[in-house]
Amino acid sequence: MEFPGLLVYWIIVVLMMMGLYIVVAQNNLVKKIVGLNVFQVSVFLLYITMGKIAEGTAPILADEIEIYSNPLPHVLILTAIVVGVATTSLGLALVVRIHEAYGSIEDDEILEQESDA
Amino acid sequence: MRIRNLFSVVILTGVFSLLGAAIYVIMDAVDVAFTEAAVGAGVSTVLMLGTLALTTREEKASSSRRVLPAALLSLVTGAILIYGTLDMPDYGDGRAPIHLHVAPRYLNDSAQEIDIPNVVTSVLASYRGYDTLGETFVIFTAAMGVLAIIGRGRRRRKSGTTGEADK
Repeated sequence: MEFPGLLVYWIIVVLMMMGLYIVVAQNNLVKKIVGLNVFQVSVFLLYITMGKIAEGTAPILADEIEIYSNPLPHVLILTAIVVGVATTSLGLALVVRIHEAYGSIEDDEILEQESDA
Repeated sequence: MRIRNLFSVVILTGVFSLLGAAIYVIMDAVDVAFTEAAVGAGVSTVLMLGTLALTTREEKASSSRRVLPAALLSLVTGAILIYGTLDMPDYGDGRAPIHLHVAPRYLNDSAQEIDIPNVVTSVLASYRGYDTLGETFVIFTAAMGVLAIIGRGRRRRKSGTTGEADK
């Protein structure tokens, strides 16, 4: 049966689209960055689910264990998590700077000020 | 059902990250789980709280949302992505292509070659060490970027004209 095998990916796609929706729909810049975070976590989950093997265990070598899950996605996502925090911090710095320049972190108010100027 | 208090939003994001870490443990990615718990749920939350301290804690009540275009965009993109998953191997399938190429080599040979029981560590620090070096460069660049945006020059610029002074 095909359905349960792919259901995990569909759940992840739904989570990913929630993130995309937040980024596009929300007017507040901090909320937009939270949306980016949600999107990021869903991508991480996609990679980790691909690395999972049924009956497998964490890839730490031991004598009595035969099946390990794939360690490669774990390595890639470890790197991606740290890079994700780096980009988040850059985004937040931009939010602080925008607040200094415009006195607001609402998208529409910033655009209004831009069109007035 | 709309949260306007950004403080709650940030804390809920931290909870979300921690739940993500729990899911990683279930999927055997223990190293990823504790990185997510420490960096995702910890450092990110602190950075966001710092941002709230420097900006504002409340979203404005007048704030409007682009509901329809955003919903349309995410529905269409989601449908395309789900169509793309139809060719993917089942969850937990040990014969999926991803498990047949380099992963068996890491699992079989890393004990002799690197002599670290944790395969994730030996791949991260040795086989794919250049990736980790690149990651360090990215973090360095991000730190430089943050310093350039809100670093020491900020006070001086602020006394002049605000707005276009950031170039």
